[in-house]
Amino acid sequence: MNIHEYQAKEILRGYGVNIPPGEIATTPAEAEAIAKKYGTAVMVKAQVHAGGRGKAGGVKFCKTPADAKEKATAILGMQIKGLTVEKVLVTVAADIGTEAYVGIIVDRATKKPVFMVSAAGGIDIEQVAAETPEKILYVPVDVRYGLPTYDAMRMGFFLYDDVKLARAAGKIMQQLYAAFMASGCSLAEINPLVVTPQGELVAVDGKMVIDDNELDRLPAIAALRDESSEEPSEVDARNANLTFIKLDGNVGCVVNGAGLAMATMDLVKYYGGEPANFLDIGGSSNPEKVVNALRIITADPNVKAILFNIFGGITRTDDVANGIVTATKANPLKVPIVIRLTGTNEEIAMKILTENGFSASSDMDEAVQKAVALAKGGKAA
Amino acid sequence: MSVFIDKNTKLVIQGITGRDGSFHAKQMMEYGTQVVAGVTPGKGGQKFEGTVPIFNTVADAVKATGANTSVIYVPPPFAADAIMEAAAAGVQLVVCITEGVPVLDMTKVYPFVKERGVRLIGPNCPGLITPGASKVGIIPGRICTPGPVGVVSRSGTLTYEVVYQLTRAGIGQTTCVGIGGDPINGTNFIDCLAAFEKDPATKAVAMMGEIGGTDEQEAAEYVKQHMKKPVVGFIAGQTAPPGRRMGHAGAIISGSSGTAAEKLEAFAAAGMGIAKRPIDFVELIRARLK
Repeated sequence: MNIHEYQAKEILRGYGVNIPPGEIATTPAEAEAIAKKYGTAVMVKAQVHAGGRGKAGGVKFCKTPADAKEKATAILGMQIKGLTVEKVLVTVAADIGTEAYVGIIVDRATKKPVFMVSAAGGIDIEQVAAETPEKILYVPVDVRYGLPTYDAMRMGFFLYDDVKLARAAGKIMQQLYAAFMASGCSLAEINPLVVTPQGELVAVDGKMVIDDNELDRLPAIAALRDESSEEPSEVDARNANLTFIKLDGNVGCVVNGAGLAMATMDLVKYYGGEPANFLDIGGSSNPEKVVNALRIITADPNVKAILFNIFGGITRTDDVANGIVTATKANPLKVPIVIRLTGTNEEIAMKILTENGFSASSDMDEAVQKAVALAKGGKAA
Repeated sequence: MSVFIDKNTKLVIQGITGRDGSFHAKQMMEYGTQVVAGVTPGKGGQKFEGTVPIFNTVADAVKATGANTSVIYVPPPFAADAIMEAAAAGVQLVVCITEGVPVLDMTKVYPFVKERGVRLIGPNCPGLITPGASKVGIIPGRICTPGPVGVVSRSGTLTYEVVYQLTRAGIGQTTCVGIGGDPINGTNFIDCLAAFEKDPATKAVAMMGEIGGTDEQEAAEYVKQHMKKPVVGFIAGQTAPPGRRMGHAGAIISGSSGTAAEKLEAFAAAGMGIAKRPIDFVELIRARLK
């Protein structure tokens, strides 16, 4: 789960990280009022779940409250990578001396949280890693011992020669680590970590990504989810316990299992079509899931054909067949449907479908080709 | 022959009285797996289906029955502890089926099992099956048949699809291993490839990877350097958008890393066969068995 910059900053502030004051505005007038209250230059920053906000014009420096109002007017409602900006963070602008990058991720190779720090901050860390890898220090952490001070200091000295700054940076590493662990993060970063001309360390931007598997045991973190900043169909799917990701194609896919769902999308592409979505109905049999899946997929006007690909292991294919019949009786389909199912209770499923006027195949390639042809407006091959 | 499990596997099921645990316990028993014990705290002394003794702890189960393998069907918040309990009790192999284990839990569990020399498979995996001998997990037994192909995969139903196609074409399997779709798992592709290379019965390997991470790239390097047996690979997620978690927690392209294209390139560089579609495994494997 992604959370907004202002939410990540609030969490980090709670662990003692020095962050300039800021507040959220949803209207230009609010932005002006906040800037007026601070009585100093501010930054107005779009709060959307997308990188490259600055490049898109979603982050602006404002000298006066009137300026803040004007910039907020421009940013609110702006589209960044397809997402509408609903709110802005108005925050005191820090004087910037130097900028560093401090991040921590769960590293799949070492199977540990790993810090990445670099004095080349403020820019895309992937680019630094690709072009000048020697400018990044990687420090893995054994979670059973936490981040020892000597490792935190090692990172501090990698960034700053001055011992006071190194020590202050080391402290921020430990605060970031504590926030990362307690918030169930898969990523947390401060970019940039700024040294002001006065020699003060300030976290000017913060980002956190939460492991979805943590949300059940961290209700306070789960409550930070901002559904208004997500694709509505994905919110709908999640509430129906489906894993759904919207794509741009026209073949709607309903599959059980994530690997098979991806392989099905790939096969649609292989046969010259474009998948409209990723959708995994999961392992358990439940006709209700099929009903919800069809509702969500048919709501997308781009979908020109629907493809079911079900390999029944735990999933009973007769349950899926019943779901299809129930859903289409309640809401007759306006687009053609192609059904492939095989495995547990396949004979019963085929009988249910045939009796209700559907045809089904047990061959994945055949079904995908048929769905692609139908989506293109052609006849089934 | 086979890898990791065979007729001598003596299984203890953690969570045997739960909804999933009890269902799959019966399936494994029907398949012929030696299910020697179950564990549900508070139900020690009872029997499952009138035959399998239930214990309060894994340690009790191991002591009383000599169980050497554990399979876990407990809910995600308790899975990490269940894995550590099994490893501490002295089983050699722990298979965790549970999906949804927080990845930070796994950063604690992984060194715990490694330091005890225990093999962990999963979490978030379908388990494994040695056709005709033993099944530990949830892979449907009837789609498998004994034969010369080792199968290893990060997925569940995609594995079933490929195994089913192989079986239908008359190509059997030594062992099918689902290593799971999480970012941190106990056993990776290389562990399985090394085991298949050593297993005299395995003549070829089918490997199903997916987007996210670099496990497949490292596996390809291993194939190139250390394997004499032919390996055919597939990558799911060629049409997946970057930055989105495609169902499996580990199936995510981070920035520009972990794409299907870079994995397929690594396969090609290692001289592996590349299945563009799941059905392609049949002909590619058949050609390599000749």
